[in-house]
Amino acid sequence: MSAIGLPQYLIVSALLFCIGLLGVIVRRNVLVIYMSLELMLNAGNLALVAASRFNNNVNGQIMVFFIITVAAAEVAVGLALIVAMYRRRQTTHVEDLTTLKL
Amino acid sequence: MQAAAFYIIAVLVLLCGGLVIANPVSRNPVTSAMFLVLTILSMAGLFVLLDAFFLAAVQVLVYAGAVIVLFLFVIMLLDLKEEERRRVNWGAAGLGVLAVGVIGAVMIRTIKFARPPGRISAVGTVGSAEALGQALFTHYALPFELVSLLLVVAMIGAILLSRKDLR
Repeated sequence: MSAIGLPQYLIVSALLFCIGLLGVIVRRNVLVIYMSLELMLNAGNLALVAASRFNNNVNGQIMVFFIITVAAAEVAVGLALIVAMYRRRQTTHVEDLTTLKL
Repeated sequence: MQAAAFYIIAVLVLLCGGLVIANPVSRNPVTSAMFLVLTILSMAGLFVLLDAFFLAAVQVLVYAGAVIVLFLFVIMLLDLKEEERRRVNWGAAGLGVLAVGVIGAVMIRTIKFARPPGRISAVGTVGSAEALGQALFTHYALPFELVSLLLVVAMIGAILLSRKDLR
């Protein structure tokens, strides 16, 4: 096995991002779509931490710190929106939520 | 040793990530949430391998501790029996796989052809809580305060949105 460098971490990050994107595209449950969004955010975090480590620069980790905070806030608001939506429509299925469709 | 750990954890991350979005056994969102926990814990392992110890701790505390609990709370709150009966739209799924495959191929080729970074020193002082705190409370003090404001706004928003008489 060769030494693990930045490209290996970036490839893992890219693959995880693709998995998350696939989940957003394919799955039809709002909650699972939301979890896939979290996966994509995590993939971005991994790329930033790896870049920060291999460039010996702390700024990438600061950014990840802020991303984690913002993601927590986003999850709180998003799940409140999902609960409100469920109260009104009794569904978490995106194909039932087409009111804005032309 | 480190390489072996990296490969094991990377496979674990990708496997659990895949099981979040497409579980052949169960389509229950609770299963997805559980595999999301595993993904996030393995991700914390990768952070440790990258000497980002503080972020690994934050990842476990915030994601596995708070975000997933919130997810599970909402899943339990809403009754999601209906989801399992829905059929999968295989045509749309195939097109999605194709599109994401193309995007992934573009990203991986880009990484392959990128200029490799120069060799860096092996000492990992970057990830310590001390270095992070130094930067956070000096150079990034204003963003830090703004994030606290954002958290307050998000909290008020979540409370407002989940009121029963929302108009």
